Amino acid sequence: MQSPSPIVEIRSVSKSYRRGSHVVPVLSDITFDIARGEFLAIMGPSGSGKSTLLNLIAGIDRVDTGSIVVGGEDITSLSETELARWRAGNVGFIFQFYNLMPVLTAFENVDLPLHLTGLSRAQRREHVEMALSMVNLTDRMDHYPAQLSGGEQQRVAIARAIVIDPVLLVADEPTGDLDRRSAEDVLNLMGRLNEEMGKTIIMVTHDPHAAERAHTMRHLEKGDFNSV
Amino acid sequence: MKNAFRRKVRTILTIVAMGIAILAFGLLRTVLTAWYSAVDASSATRLVTRNAVSIIFPLPLAYHEKIRHVSGVHRVSHGSWFGGIYISEKNFFASFAVDPESYLDLFPELVIPGQQKADFFRDRRGFVAGRKLADRFGWRVGDVVTLKGTIYPGDWDFVLRGIYEGRYRTVDETQFFFHWDYLNEGVRRTYSSMADQVGFFMIGVKDPNLSAEVAREIDAMFANSRAETLTETERAFIMGFISMSEAIVMVIRIVSLVIIVIILAVVANTMAMTTRERVGEYAVLKTLGYSGWHIGTLISGEAFLITLSGCLLGIAMTYPVVRFFTTELGAYFPVFFVEPLTIWLDFGAATLVGATAAVIPTRQAVRIRIADGLRRIG
Repeated sequence: MQSPSPIVEIRSVSKSYRRGSHVVPVLSDITFDIARGEFLAIMGPSGSGKSTLLNLIAGIDRVDTGSIVVGGEDITSLSETELARWRAGNVGFIFQFYNLMPVLTAFENVDLPLHLTGLSRAQRREHVEMALSMVNLTDRMDHYPAQLSGGEQQRVAIARAIVIDPVLLVADEPTGDLDRRSAEDVLNLMGRLNEEMGKTIIMVTHDPHAAERAHTMRHLEKGDFNSV
Repeated sequence: MKNAFRRKVRTILTIVAMGIAILAFGLLRTVLTAWYSAVDASSATRLVTRNAVSIIFPLPLAYHEKIRHVSGVHRVSHGSWFGGIYISEKNFFASFAVDPESYLDLFPELVIPGQQKADFFRDRRGFVAGRKLADRFGWRVGDVVTLKGTIYPGDWDFVLRGIYEGRYRTVDETQFFFHWDYLNEGVRRTYSSMADQVGFFMIGVKDPNLSAEVAREIDAMFANSRAETLTETERAFIMGFISMSEAIVMVIRIVSLVIIVIILAVVANTMAMTTRERVGEYAVLKTLGYSGWHIGTLISGEAFLITLSGCLLGIAMTYPVVRFFTTELGAYFPVFFVEPLTIWLDFGAATLVGATAAVIPTRQAVRIRIADGLRRIG
């Protein structure tokens, strides 16, 4: 049986940060593929470079060397503006601290990415309501983040991530700030998005229980994968 | 809008500060307008002839006929500063002894009902007062008003025969005009050496382009006489008075600019604090695909909302404060009103402050790396 075609192709990627006069290497010569429809968990200790790798794949940081191709697009060759446009149409983000806009309601938060799409107000409304119904928050759409629990806020963040129907969902410690029950809800939701909608998910986590929900797990240590 | 009021107290205080700054700016501009109102009201067809040594020295009345015959002159009038006090010194206003018919003929912007004008011409003790002056003291036509002379000592009784109103907004409605003949009769009785002399001649020229030539001819006519003359346009004459207080005008202009700079610093500080607090949110917006331009628009929009709200507040406060000043300081600023240009300058200043205050925060927000911005959350 033929394996699914890769949606992410990472080739010889290295990344380092400058701290004062010191150059700190974070990732060294990473090469691997992520298949379409895969649910990948990247684990590793703090400082291992897993969030950096996620940022590079999602196009919110730049490689020093190497290339990253997502859905056939070499994102390392895009300008800042092109990269922003690419992110807007292709990547859904789920953060540890939800990162919702506190002055916007759940509905308005989910609507945020759609403002860049050129959809009409009615079309946007339809998309937002659909995304919120998928995370079971239709009845809380007029609530502000401060009026929602952590789990609910993360579900709003997931709705915001999927509302543009992205090629890729990236999640950085999505359960890191949640209690066990809320974390379970969020992981179930991500599992459904992967299985029922075929979304490719890359999740960075410290939590072995969360990582177990993924199809594939990779351990990153000192900027390199040491086991697959 | 929602962003601007996240820190309600800070935003409201900034708006109030902006409002007070706009009020101060508007008031200072209005003072400048008042200062130059007489210049604006001056006519290009009027010349003023005074003693070449100083305005405080008189000229012989006999010059009147000589000036009248100068080519290009179509009307001559004369007047003297009376400097009278009504009841007490705090009731200051400008009072002039003039040749009524010729003077009012030269000043068509002083509008007096026909019958009142005729009554004024007929009554040697009669006087006309501006509408604001009459209203200030509750004078009605027919009232007898006594002024205490400062230059011409004694109590002088006058009868109000007419009340003039300005044809234009810039016309001073706080002046008091009476018959020079009445003054001269009194002076002849008590200080005969001061009789038949006037403070200045007001000259109407047929063509404003001939003003310089007419002025030269008049001054040449009285050169080497006991009372040499200096003739200049009404505008130059008034500017001569204003230039004596040029330093004050300059200070007012500088203070106006300083106010704008101070409020710029206040708003810029508010915007800088706001941006610093929201770096994480801007990073999230960038992550979602929003460009630096979008974020710049958000920051600038917030800055403009604050400055324009403050501007509207300041303008709303300016009108009642100017009304108060008009009542309380009418003697010093007879023409005191908010010019439309002042309102435009208020808006201009608010826009400039808003735009400038947003520049640095926008630059910071646009330049922040997403990964760095996201690290600040949590």
